[in-house]
Amino acid sequence: MSRLRPVEKVTLWLVPGLLWAALAGFSARAQVLLSGDWQTLMHEDQPERAQGPDLGDYLGIPINDAARLRAESWDASRLTLQEHQCRVHVAPYIYRGPLQVRIWEEKDPETQQAIAIKNYISTYEQTRTIWMDGRPHPSAYAPHRFMGFSTGKWEGDVLTVETTHLKQGWLRRNGPPESDQTTLTEHFIRHGQYLTHVTIIHDPVYLTEPLIRTENFVMAARDPGNWLWPCEYVVEITNRPKGEVPNYLPGENPFLTEFAARWGIPVEATRGGAETMYPEYRLKLKTLAKPPSKPGAAK
Amino acid sequence: MTRIAIAWLGVAAAGAASAQTNLNSSSAEVQVLPVQGNVYLLAGAGGNITVQAGQSGILVVDTGSPEMTGTILAAIRKLSDKPVRYIINTQVDADHTGGNENFAKAFGSATTVSVVNTPGSSASQTVQIFAHDNVLARMSARNGTQPARPDTAWPTETYIGDAKELYFNGEAVLMYHMPAAHTDGDTIVHFRGSDVVSAGDLLDMTHYPIIDLQRGGSLQGVIDGLNRILDIAVPAHHEEGGTYVIPGHGRICDEFDVVEYRDMVTIIRDRIQALIKKGMTLEQVRAARPTGDYDPEYGVGSSAWTTDRFVEAAYRSLVGKR
Repeated sequence: MSRLRPVEKVTLWLVPGLLWAALAGFSARAQVLLSGDWQTLMHEDQPERAQGPDLGDYLGIPINDAARLRAESWDASRLTLQEHQCRVHVAPYIYRGPLQVRIWEEKDPETQQAIAIKNYISTYEQTRTIWMDGRPHPSAYAPHRFMGFSTGKWEGDVLTVETTHLKQGWLRRNGPPESDQTTLTEHFIRHGQYLTHVTIIHDPVYLTEPLIRTENFVMAARDPGNWLWPCEYVVEITNRPKGEVPNYLPGENPFLTEFAARWGIPVEATRGGAETMYPEYRLKLKTLAKPPSKPGAAK
Repeated sequence: MTRIAIAWLGVAAAGAASAQTNLNSSSAEVQVLPVQGNVYLLAGAGGNITVQAGQSGILVVDTGSPEMTGTILAAIRKLSDKPVRYIINTQVDADHTGGNENFAKAFGSATTVSVVNTPGSSASQTVQIFAHDNVLARMSARNGTQPARPDTAWPTETYIGDAKELYFNGEAVLMYHMPAAHTDGDTIVHFRGSDVVSAGDLLDMTHYPIIDLQRGGSLQGVIDGLNRILDIAVPAHHEEGGTYVIPGHGRICDEFDVVEYRDMVTIIRDRIQALIKKGMTLEQVRAARPTGDYDPEYGVGSSAWTTDRFVEAAYRSLVGKR
């Protein structure tokens, strides 16, 4: 046990705990249904998921040095490029935003066995297919999608989903990258009118440990509407030279310390990394120098 | 019976042309993936091979490594029993043109078959090899810088200028020259009806783009080429699907994948350019690790195209040295 890395210890307790909770009420009865319209609850990680994270806040993400450098060169102006304006959040991230999810099953008309569980996600109008018929994942040469290629299986009342063939995305909306070699494990766990969604992101390129996050949803009693997300790209910057890609040269991003100053957090901590995920890090925080707070700093 | 006819019978009877033409074959797996419309990807035979198959015959973009020809032809036979009528070479490298000679042996070479005043023979009974004229110059050692390839491997139809058009299997096939990019003879191919672009080594999902300075390549040319692909590509819905792009190596892409690759190359250019402006030498630029954030994905330490070689080529390209 002592040889396990911290994330492995957490996973060792968290995942079996969630599975046990779901399995506790399981007996020889019909399979739980996830079908319906679900509305997100934003009580967890609300600042990050709603208005968005501060620039330079990578706390709690187990990124490596390469990811950190890439995040620090990220310039939000890149989203003004036409090719970026309608980019979709990848499957490991999309459930974190303000969204509604409609879930339904597609069944073989002859056998009534589930072929797939479908998700329609209002954000960016994404339809996601979770294949339940045991088909293999595609060739490594197949295209990657924002929603990836997903297969699922029931583990008691928990729907466990494995996803490959994801496009590049981000781990947080301020630049930490997620590579197209990422694989995603998810657990969909229904508790009556509530649904817990667990994501475990494995990125061999940019993460040193898996990143585990959760979101909760509540079943909609009435059609919540707002299912569409039209996006048409336009010229936003008229005098931009063709081919320009906004980015900060290493060491020249002026915004990286704003978050630290606003909240009185050591800059080193804001750079993220695996150790910043764990409670033990609070002891180290006490030993790090805090930046001088600026006018308007948060209390 | 002509040599061509023997070869065609061999293709039809054996499912591959290897029996009659003694083509090389490899047990390595070649994967066939439908891309869109008439277009397929053959992967695992060296550089990616794009295949367009239809009623009029087969068109291939690049021919892979020579030792893979038998396997490639067997894979093509799973798609169609029609003859290969056209080859388009996206550039000169052996992993993309290595099979030219074998294809010419299998389907008839316009350079060796007399089509003038020969009853029963015509140009349609040979495989035509299209490429930019600079590819022919490199293969034929016109400029004396490279060993000549066998003349049956040479392009039989070259073009100069910006573009070349062809209509085959019910759709326009548009060839665009990308000057001074990977080399000085790069062509991207747009299958306009199927809406698929075959990009050659301008786009390489397995590592940083190869900038062949000795053959007229440049970093800015690669970036310009990637932006040209983005001009052609149109996503179907929220930056996904629509036009598909087949890279020189690696998986099938769409516009967004090309965007990310273009962003990466452009950002690295900006960094190296800034370091050059500070007066840094190549060694100082290398030490600054301008590719550090992309190395885990695109960097290679031990193959022929290492990260160090990419940085050196980018540096020399930007300072104008060869």
